[in-house]
Amino acid sequence: MKRVAKVFLWMAVAALGALSLATIAWHRGEAINAMWLVAAALCSYALGYRFYSKFLAAKVLTLDSLRATPAERLENGRDFIPTNKWYVFGHHFAAIAGPGPLVGPVLAAQFGYLPGTLWILAGAVFGGCVQDFIILAFSVRRDGKSLGQMARDEVSKVAGTVAFIAVISILIILLAVVSLIIVNALRSSPWGAFTVGMTIPIAILMGIYLRYLRPGKVLEASILGFILVLLAILGGQWVSQSPSLANIFTLSGATLAALIILYGFAASALPVWLLLAPRDYLSTFVKLGTIVILTLGIVLVRPTLQMPALTRFINGTGPVFAGSVFPFAFITVACGAISGFHSLISSGTTPKMIAREPQTRMVGYGAMMAESLVGVMAIIAACTLQPGAYFAVNSGAGMVGQTPQAAVVTITNWGFPVTSDEMDHLAGSVGEKTLFFRTGGAPAFALGMAKIFSASLGGSAVTALWYHFAIMFEVLFILTVLDAGTRVGRFMVQDALGHIWEPMGRTSWYPSILVTSALVVAAWGYFLWQGLQDPLGGINSLWPLFGICNQLLAAVALCVATTIIVKMGRARYMWVTLLPLCWLVAVTFTASWQKIFHSNPLIGLLAHANQLANSHPLAADQIAGQMKDLPRRIFNDRLDAVVAGFLLVLVAVVVVESALQWISVISGRKQAEIKEAPFVSTRYATEEPA
Amino acid sequence: MRTLREFFKTLLAVLREIFDENAYQRFLLRTNSVASVESYRQFQRERETSMATKPRCC
Repeated sequence: MKRVAKVFLWMAVAALGALSLATIAWHRGEAINAMWLVAAALCSYALGYRFYSKFLAAKVLTLDSLRATPAERLENGRDFIPTNKWYVFGHHFAAIAGPGPLVGPVLAAQFGYLPGTLWILAGAVFGGCVQDFIILAFSVRRDGKSLGQMARDEVSKVAGTVAFIAVISILIILLAVVSLIIVNALRSSPWGAFTVGMTIPIAILMGIYLRYLRPGKVLEASILGFILVLLAILGGQWVSQSPSLANIFTLSGATLAALIILYGFAASALPVWLLLAPRDYLSTFVKLGTIVILTLGIVLVRPTLQMPALTRFINGTGPVFAGSVFPFAFITVACGAISGFHSLISSGTTPKMIAREPQTRMVGYGAMMAESLVGVMAIIAACTLQPGAYFAVNSGAGMVGQTPQAAVVTITNWGFPVTSDEMDHLAGSVGEKTLFFRTGGAPAFALGMAKIFSASLGGSAVTALWYHFAIMFEVLFILTVLDAGTRVGRFMVQDALGHIWEPMGRTSWYPSILVTSALVVAAWGYFLWQGLQDPLGGINSLWPLFGICNQLLAAVALCVATTIIVKMGRARYMWVTLLPLCWLVAVTFTASWQKIFHSNPLIGLLAHANQLANSHPLAADQIAGQMKDLPRRIFNDRLDAVVAGFLLVLVAVVVVESALQWISVISGRKQAEIKEAPFVSTRYATEEPA
Repeated sequence: MRTLREFFKTLLAVLREIFDENAYQRFLLRTNSVASVESYRQFQRERETSMATKPRCC
């Protein structure tokens, strides 16, 4: 009887999911409620987790609840600690959830809500969750080895080197693109600049509190830090209304970029306890709280989506970023669907905390589902805005016209009516002077979030406070990625340089710290500066480049996973990673090819460089007013093209090397040899496994 | 009511783990020390490398 009830329950979930997806996909002409997206997401995740992840665990990975994990065998009380599955889930989710699932879907909303939503759901259930789960399980079986080490051991030494280069490249581009988002969010915004600026002394104060006043009371310090941040938001309003203070905090893009570069250097070189650790705690606290509030807000308000299912920009003429829906929607939305970066976390600290093998399913597959849901929330937040306002905020001046008047005419002519008065009113309602040309996704997401929050709590009187809360939340997120990423990059460069000259490899030797920090900051700072000079907004070229890097890293992770599956003698199940791998290869290779060679200068980097080279200097000055340093801009385009091409070749090498391994093993020409840690029986055998 | 209490108990424990409070408690147990400025400094020194090499996803 119970079994029959279960069957009916899952059939009901499947039916509701199918109905929701059909409504999202086929509804045209009139606006739909956001709850259809939420229902489709929840049903897809429930079915994916209950059936697909169970199949992966039982048939593909053959997870063994009797096998001791490295956390048990190598327990040292530091890195290797058998930990409660819910704690590991929280840890893992806090590490994988960053600004990516918020920004990517907001940018992809230019195609309408449909492509991004479908990709987030299908990409997560069949790609991202699978990647995170399988890499985590394989790392657990290999004493918590990193992706690079597994690539070297299981595929080839070349693959290991490629993984290293892919990781460092993605870090550099990621840090540049997230810095650019901060610059665009805080440019000419005294309220935002003050609030975010205050988070630095607040983090330092938390560091001192934790070290000297109440050692180890992190939750207490985080709550205190959160209260101070809320006060900083209120203070920001006061600053923005004071003429003298507002002038001080009204910063240009160049000033903000210089300050962020300085900050990145300081965060990398300063002691961890003083800035990095407390900021990480504060950011995690705000992040978890805000995601919960946003989810509750959407469920309470049940907003209507203003954006159509599909826009005219699926043909590649979009103003937010150029490129058609295939392949660009699939590299723009990375973290909510599949992100190579997650494989670093799945083969980092998490595998060293897993107490029982079957728990990798809940942690790996489950945490990615939660991240994907955050991506759906971001799409909803962006699509609740009037499309005209969405495009006015997210388009660069180079795409829609140099003045707000020109921009509203262009956007209205596209069929998304918007007026200057409406934009002024919107800007005024959130305490900003203007919201035109605020590319990067963060301001648009903050607007959507403020709309949902103020509808559920406080009304329109507090919209400005919610907007700046959302901006602070996003920037705090991003600054945490920035300082953690710069430091990780510094360690990687130190490790690499240590092979050339041993003292450079000493992580605590100050000359090495300063030199390597400067190298990493200079690398991402260069791309940030380049994005800032771009009249198309910078995001247009940098976000696709970041998406390509991220998805190429996912391709490397899936190559490693497929190779191990084949070597385990389970080649009949290799499709579970091979299919997402084929899709990613198709997407990233097409996107890279188009970014390099497309004849449209808005898409193709080389075509854009040629266009600049052939442009008449006088005409160019009249068009953009920023063409004085043409040679440098041409060089930047060509540099971006070389970076994309270089990564493409590297990943092609890994794919070919992996494919050769599969063919050799499947045809029997080569004896499969996997590098798993030997089986040791767990002492938790009598306990409930998962 | 009991389920709700259990839920909040687990939630608090998860937060303590995420915010490294449990890691500090384990450190105190392992080193037979008590919570103090000095022991927390040692704990942070021990975790410095692992924290600083831990990436945060995008």
